[in-house]
Amino acid sequence: MNVLVYIDLQNGRPRKSSAELLTYAQKLSGAGSVTALVLGHSLEDLSALGSFGAQRILQVSTPELTHFDGLVFGQLISEAAQFTGSQAVLLSFDHSGKAIAPVVAAKWSAGLVAGATGLPQGTRYPVKAFSGKALAKVNVLTEKIVVALTPNSIPSEKNGSSVAVESWIPSEIPASKIKVLSVNKNTTDIPLPEAEKVVSGGRGLKGPENWGLIEDLAKELGAATACSRPVSDIGWRPHHEHVGQTGITIRPNLYIAAGISGAIQHLAGVNSSKTIVVINTDAEAPFFKAADYGVVGDAFEVLPKLTQAIKKFKADQA
Amino acid sequence: MQKYRLKRDLCTFVLHVLGHAKSKKSVMNILVCIAKAPDTTTKIKFNSEGNALDGNGVTWIVNPSDEWYALVRALELKEAAGQGKVTIVTVGTADDDSIVRKALAVGADEAFRINLSPESAASVAEQIAPWAKGQPFDFILTGKETIDFNGSVVGGLLAAHLDWPYIPLIEKLNVENGRATMFRDIGGGTEEIEVNGPFVASATKGLAEQRIPNMRGIMAARTKPITVVEPQSYSAKIEYLEFTLPQEKGACKIIDPNNMDELVRLLHSEAKAL
Ligand SMILES: Cc1cc2nc3c(=O)[nH]c(=O)nc-3n(C[C@H](O)[C@H](O)[C@H](O)COP(=O)(O)OP(=O)(O)OC[C@H]3O[C@@H](n4cnc5c(N)ncnc54)[C@H](O)[C@@H]3O)c2cc1C
Repeated sequence: MNVLVYIDLQNGRPRKSSAELLTYAQKLSGAGSVTALVLGHSLEDLSALGSFGAQRILQVSTPELTHFDGLVFGQLISEAAQFTGSQAVLLSFDHSGKAIAPVVAAKWSAGLVAGATGLPQGTRYPVKAFSGKALAKVNVLTEKIVVALTPNSIPSEKNGSSVAVESWIPSEIPASKIKVLSVNKNTTDIPLPEAEKVVSGGRGLKGPENWGLIEDLAKELGAATACSRPVSDIGWRPHHEHVGQTGITIRPNLYIAAGISGAIQHLAGVNSSKTIVVINTDAEAPFFKAADYGVVGDAFEVLPKLTQAIKKFKADQA
Repeated sequence: MQKYRLKRDLCTFVLHVLGHAKSKKSVMNILVCIAKAPDTTTKIKFNSEGNALDGNGVTWIVNPSDEWYALVRALELKEAAGQGKVTIVTVGTADDDSIVRKALAVGADEAFRINLSPESAASVAEQIAPWAKGQPFDFILTGKETIDFNGSVVGGLLAAHLDWPYIPLIEKLNVENGRATMFRDIGGGTEEIEVNGPFVASATKGLAEQRIPNMRGIMAARTKPITVVEPQSYSAKIEYLEFTLPQEKGACKIIDPNNMDELVRLLHSEAKAL
């Protein structure tokens, strides 16, 4: 089938998930084609998207698209899907993808898979359900389909060569009814849902002044930081770091939890992480049952030691 | 102050004051979409066909972000405006009336239940959109996602069907004279935006604080109306099948807290996580 991949720009550059999406699209398309669509002005040479499997790259680069509007972007993607004769639209199940995917599905009358975690068998797409407490398949009954892929679901593969970027002119660019007054970006942070490594702290860290321990380790690992719900409820950490059933669900390669007990609601948001390390003074903490590696010890001593050990490991590797 | 001559001028005065009050105080008419969800401590198990949750022994709650953030912020805005109405709508069967009562106890004024057991977010949105269309709602709030299917797409579908702007993940919302300003989470930052006219937004943490219903609220909820609306015909686009539980982790390897080099070695060579 022909697949249209929406490539989201973050700070003017294709998001990290782009390579993964294109790899997925190439496998999904079989004998069909893969077209990448970029909306907005890019600071980076987009032709490199070809090396991950895009056979054609379309770009709409007008100033109206500087600010994100799910309704406008979704309408343009629906038109591009029509224009390229696509049967599937693929995008990332992240902040922008969650706003665009439903619009494309509604405008284009397609079945929607929200949060696919892998390639389908036939028309059945694997997803998670019950906030990570279960797995399921979404069977798509329509011919047209919108797939929103959970970040870190499949490894990306370089498989192709650079392709010229075509400028595409849609029939109209709908006027946005949303006016952006200001944007506040913490550009240095790795967005949590996309992060491959995450270091997370709980109430066991006793207070916000101790978060340096978490941040130092995260910095050494190139990891994002997260926290348990009470930690963000009391305001020790910002809300967007709250992971779990009522926060965000993540599936990094490595999740390190310090001073978190491992309540069922917390586990729901992190238990599909590939490797889980738990640091807790209480050997009976429920989190150890969900962990791959456990350290029974005081986070205030263990975290700096671990940071040191990583530093040493990196120096040895270099 | 101007002098008003009796009778006729008194009328003018009253109208003047009323008009003034009206321009300052707006009437809020807000729709909040709520869903039923299994309590967060539920031990998940499935029916023998593996295509639905086994509901035996499950306690149902109002989906947390619908109740804690969307509904409570709607109530706060109505209270601040001094006049208006917070309406809730759910797509579900008579079994869901208990969670609808719970939302009424928190403070919603009236409830509608579209009588259908939804099989996907698409069916929820395709029922609510035509029902809400043409009704004088200022805006519609949903929670950021349900904790059972985690799709976070009902709001977007609804907005697309209504052709209203959609603002996902709002953590602040103010409305004055039909002008709404909000902050939304953009992943690694926030964006402050303004919308004039109706919109759909999904509510996330920070928008409001959970309200525990008090006795008065619970009593009042008993007599508030739940109107049952018959569903529109509609064809399913997807179905959920093959529910399974994730594989249990193997035994956890315990590492000596004084030997973090060993942990790093295992993370590198065994787990391939470094
Ligand atoms: C409806 C609902 C939804 C919820 N959703 C979420 C959610 O999305 N995410 C979430 O996280 N929670 C959620 N919760 C809360 C959850 O039930 C737990 O209360 C919460 O996860 C506990 O946070 P914690 O582990 O940081 O704190 P605690 O449970 O207080 O645990 C602190 C841990 O730190 C350990 N500790 C103490 N000192 C040290 C030290 N010096 N070194 C190392 N370890 C130490 C202790 O042994 C303990 O295990 C939800 C609850 C409800 C009712």
